[in-house]
Order: sequence, then structure tokens, then C-alpha cells
Amino acid sequence: MNKRGLFAVPYVIWMGLFVVAPILIMLVYAFSTAGGGFTLDNFLGMGDYLSVFGRSFYLALIATLVCLLIGYPMSYWMAREGARFQKVAMLLIMLPMWMNFLLRTYSWMSILENNGLINQFFRAIGLLDALGVDHIQMIRTPGAVVLGMVYNYLPFMILPIYSVIVKLDRSLLEAAADLGASAGQVFRKVILPLSLPGVVSGVTMVFVPSVSTFAISRLLGGGTQMMLGDLIEQQFLGGAYDPQLGAAISMVMMAIVVVCMTVMNHFGEGEEQAVML
Amino acid sequence: MSKELIRLVNCSMAFDGEQVLDHIDLYINDSEFLTLLGPSGCGKTTTLRIIGGFLTPLEGEVLFDGVRINDIPPHLRQVNTVFQRYALFPHLNVFENVAFGLRLGRKVEGQKKKERIPEEEIRERVMEMLEVVSLKGFENRRITELSGGQQQRVAIARALVNRPKVLLLDEPLGALDLRLRKDMQSELKRIQQQMEITFIYVTHDQEEALAMSDTIVVMDQGRIQQIGTPEDIYNEPKNAFVADFIGESNILDGVMHEDFVVEFFNRKFKCLDKGFAPMEPVDVVIRPEDVDIVPPESGQLRGTVTSVTFKGVHYDTIVDFKGFKWLIQTTDFHDVGETIGIVLNPDDIHIMHKSQYSGLFGDYSSYSEEYDEIGDVAKLDEEEGAQDE
Repeated sequence: MNKRGLFAVPYVIWMGLFVVAPILIMLVYAFSTAGGGFTLDNFLGMGDYLSVFGRSFYLALIATLVCLLIGYPMSYWMAREGARFQKVAMLLIMLPMWMNFLLRTYSWMSILENNGLINQFFRAIGLLDALGVDHIQMIRTPGAVVLGMVYNYLPFMILPIYSVIVKLDRSLLEAAADLGASAGQVFRKVILPLSLPGVVSGVTMVFVPSVSTFAISRLLGGGTQMMLGDLIEQQFLGGAYDPQLGAAISMVMMAIVVVCMTVMNHFGEGEEQAVML
Repeated sequence: MSKELIRLVNCSMAFDGEQVLDHIDLYINDSEFLTLLGPSGCGKTTTLRIIGGFLTPLEGEVLFDGVRINDIPPHLRQVNTVFQRYALFPHLNVFENVAFGLRLGRKVEGQKKKERIPEEEIRERVMEMLEVVSLKGFENRRITELSGGQQQRVAIARALVNRPKVLLLDEPLGALDLRLRKDMQSELKRIQQQMEITFIYVTHDQEEALAMSDTIVVMDQGRIQQIGTPEDIYNEPKNAFVADFIGESNILDGVMHEDFVVEFFNRKFKCLDKGFAPMEPVDVVIRPEDVDIVPPESGQLRGTVTSVTFKGVHYDTIVDFKGFKWLIQTTDFHDVGETIGIVLNPDDIHIMHKSQYSGLFGDYSSYSEEYDEIGDVAKLDEEEGAQDE
């Protein structure tokens, strides 16, 4: 090993102990019976949970899309404003993240509850009476879970897209306009393709934590919106204690995520080179 | 004969309260090669960007074919630009870069929506342009795989494929090495003549300007100092700034006694200039290559050689005349310390009115430092470019 390689030693040890080893342990668990023998039952029995898989990917996909639809215009707008505005906007985007994740999600509970802030407000202005209902159901719906995901993960969409757009060479935009492109055409033909790498990493950074979340779905879904994270948690800490099954589910989830990300990255590959120019 | 195409009337521009263009008046003819020449910060790039539509002058009018275009955005002007650092689209290959403008469609008279240009026509016109810039066979290359000179050609082809009436070029050769610059200079001139369109070219390189232009506009401090053909500008500079910026010049204080007679160094010389007030103080320009060296006893003036630099074709010889140092370019070698005489013919002496630039240029006492400054120009200009963004 050369001298510079020595600097990597702490990281290699860290990775080995806390990334590679745990994954190997999980892999062994996934193919074991409770007694320790080899089995494929953990995977074969997973069909019962298809709806949980479906819901997880479906809700995560929607949350990612919503983040993209909010995050892209936001990033675009920020990147084109002055430096001072950008600093303030960045601070406002980061600010919620300084608060504890659970606390943030609990606050949403008290806002969305049947007797929460929104319903109280609707009651006060007479909207609920007018509709003839006691409350509007918001908590314990898929929408509440998506809202929780979007709220928590939106900054991870904005930051990568913003940092790509802000680095775009302005002379490229001028060149496009010079060649006859209207503002819309400049966006479609230059800005959008060149910002794809940011979109790819933003989508990755929102989708992966969304698909595996368990606190958001439990607190805002109230047990009605079980997701993969909840299912896995139950196998390790909950009543359904079955670590072998839990390990198998995590392995399958990981595999699906890896496939999704490979496809995504391939999609943005050509552009990535372009931005490094 | 040639028709006027663009006119700037009394145009002024300021950034953050700092005046960069000071009431410029300029017209540009159809199919001419016009160069805006000046040091960094003189306003040449600003002028170009006003014509391109990227800046709107604070005062004054921009006319195109007699029509005011101040408020027309760049994408609706019949003008295309070759940018300083090319600004090629990194996500497109050579062909698609050149095709960019064509793929946007063309305007149809009386219709708001642009019409699509058929694929065969796009292909034909792109290939034709690639041939003009000698890049046939490169159409599928990525931009990153091209050399600086090739990227330059792509940028030119991309701007020309739209068949603009005017091509704006912002220091397009600045990033190329000397050899490539020379090649591209004649290439650009050839393209301009072949396509018969107007080129407006911005540079700080006086040699480039002299070699390529039909008309040169010398600018400094946001003002036009002189407009003329390369020969006019070189032979009849209007003030000390132009004389110094275009080529090398010895600039002396003189007094015009009467028409055709000027006095400097306490000696009267015959010259070809007239129309000055009697006893008017003037600047006298003498080009280094116009001075004839003779034996000391037969010279009109006598001086001592203080430095000699071999330049290939000639020697740059610095000669001290009573404390004022001249640059003389001669093919004869005269060693340091030697006393020489010089003779000036009437047509070697150019007389200029005094200006704000008088006394600033033309003494070669600090000869070597001056050369350092010339070297710095390129660096300064990059800084200027960075500020624009």
C-alpha cells in the first residue's frame, strides 16, 4: 500500500465494520430458519405482504413527484435571484431540519388530527356545520403520509437541483437566446437537459428515505398505512417477532431500490459529463 | 455604394453608476468587416452587447435598417453572436450544436407560431456550414472532444447557419495560441467575404484589427477615439492614444509654426500637415520604422543608443535624444553607447492636436516595462469578461 493509501485505512475499517458486516449478517439471517438452518421460506412467504410493498413504492413515488414539482421551480427561481436572496432562501429551507425529525412529525399530527388545528379552524368559521360533518378526515390517510414525506424530504430535492442550476454558465442561455430561442425554448432545450443530473440525485435522495420510512407512516398514517419500514420494524421490535423475515424483506427492498437507482442514474448519465465540462 | 445597416445614435451606458459608454455615435455598413478596438474597459464589449440585444442603452437609439430596435429581445434580432468562450452546448454534439437555431423553427410572416424546418433542409444547411468552417466529418463528435480551434469553428458555424445579416464576434480568438490565431484570422476574413455578411469584431489586439478589418473603431474610456480604414488609423492617428495603441509610436511635444512647418527639439522640420493655429502646441508622432539612421555628422538630430533588442526581421533600438528616448526599428545593428544621427522626411512626421492623452505615451524611457504591460492586456480582459457575467 502506498503512503496516500494509508489515509483511507480508518474509512475502510469503518465501512467494513458498520456497512459491509451488517449487510452480510442480514444476508445470513434472510436465508436462515429460527433454528439456524438454511431456508428459502422467508422469501417464499413474502407474497402475503405484496400490498405493503405496493403501498410503500406507490406513496414514495407520489411524494418524490410532489417534491420534484415543488422543488424544481423553487430551485430555478432561487438560482436566478441575487446572492443575498439565495442565502436567505437557503436558510429558510434548512431551518426546519434543525428541529428534531420526530418533533416535526408530531407537530403535523396535532395539525391534522380530527380535533386538530385545521379542523378547529374549519369549525370556527362554520365550514364543518355547513358541510354537515363533525370533522374532515386528514390524519390516518395516505395523503397525510405523503405530506409528511414531502415536508421532511423536500430540502433534499431542492439542494441538488439548485446547485446544478446556479452553476449553469449564463453565456449558454445567452447563446440560446441569440440563436432565436424564446424564454420557453431556452428552458426546454438548455436549462432542463443540463439540470437533469441534479434532478436525478434529488429524486434519489427523496425516494430512498421515503420508501423505507416507518415513523412518518406510523404517526401520520396511524397504523392504517403500513409501509415496508413499519413491517420490518415489527419483525425486529414488534409483536410479530421474526428477524429472519425482517432481514429478507430488507434485502428485497434494497434490491428493488438499487435497480430503480441504476435505471435513474443511467438516465442522467450523458448529462452528468456535460455539466462537468 | 454600400448601404448603412446599423446605426447607434448617442448611445450611453452605465453599470452601477459608472459610465462605460459615453454618447457613442456609430454606423455600420452592410457586408463590412468592422472592428471595435481598444483596451479592456473601453466599452467595446458593451457596444457589441447592445447591438446583440443583451443590453439596452440607458440613452440613445439603436437602429437596424432604419428601424429602432432598442426594445427587441436578442432572439428576435437578425444578429448572431460568437461568444468569447464559445458557449457551446455541452449536452449536444457538433451537429446538434450547429442545428440548434434551425431546430427552433423559422418565423413566418404574419404568423405567431414558428414553422418547423424540414429535417432534410436542416441536415443540408448544417453540413454546408460545417464545410465552410472545415469541420466535415466531425458532426458526431462531442464538444468535449474538440480542440479550442475546433470549438471556435463550431461556434462560428452555429452562428452563421441562421443566415444572420450581422455576425458579432467577441474576442473570438482570445483563447487560441498565436499560430492558430493567425490561421483563424484569414479563415474568418475568407468566411466573411464568402458569405457577404457584416462582421462586427471586438478585440484588444491591434495587429488582428489591422489585418482583418475594412473599418476600425478605436475606443477608450467609453468614447470613440477614431474611426477609419486600417491605413488611416495607422498613418493618421487622431491623438496620442490612437498613435500609441496602434503600433509603436514616438510622441513628442512640438509647436506648429505655420502650415507645413513644425518645431521640436529646438529645430524646425518640414511636414505635410496644415490647418493648425499659428504657434499651436501639438503632439508629433514618428513611427519607429520611418526613422532613417545616418552618420552623426549628417543627422538632423544626434542621439546615443541605450538598448538594442533583436526582433528577427529588425532591431528594436532605443536612442536617447536629450533625455527623451525614442524607439527606432532598423535592420542595421548599432551597439549600445554608439552615437548616431537621424533624418526625418516630411511624410514621416505626423501632427496631432493636443488631447487629454498628450504626455501620457510615446516616451520609451521605460521600454521594457511597456512590454510587460502589453503582456498583461490579455489577463485584464479576462477579468473584464468575468465581471460581465
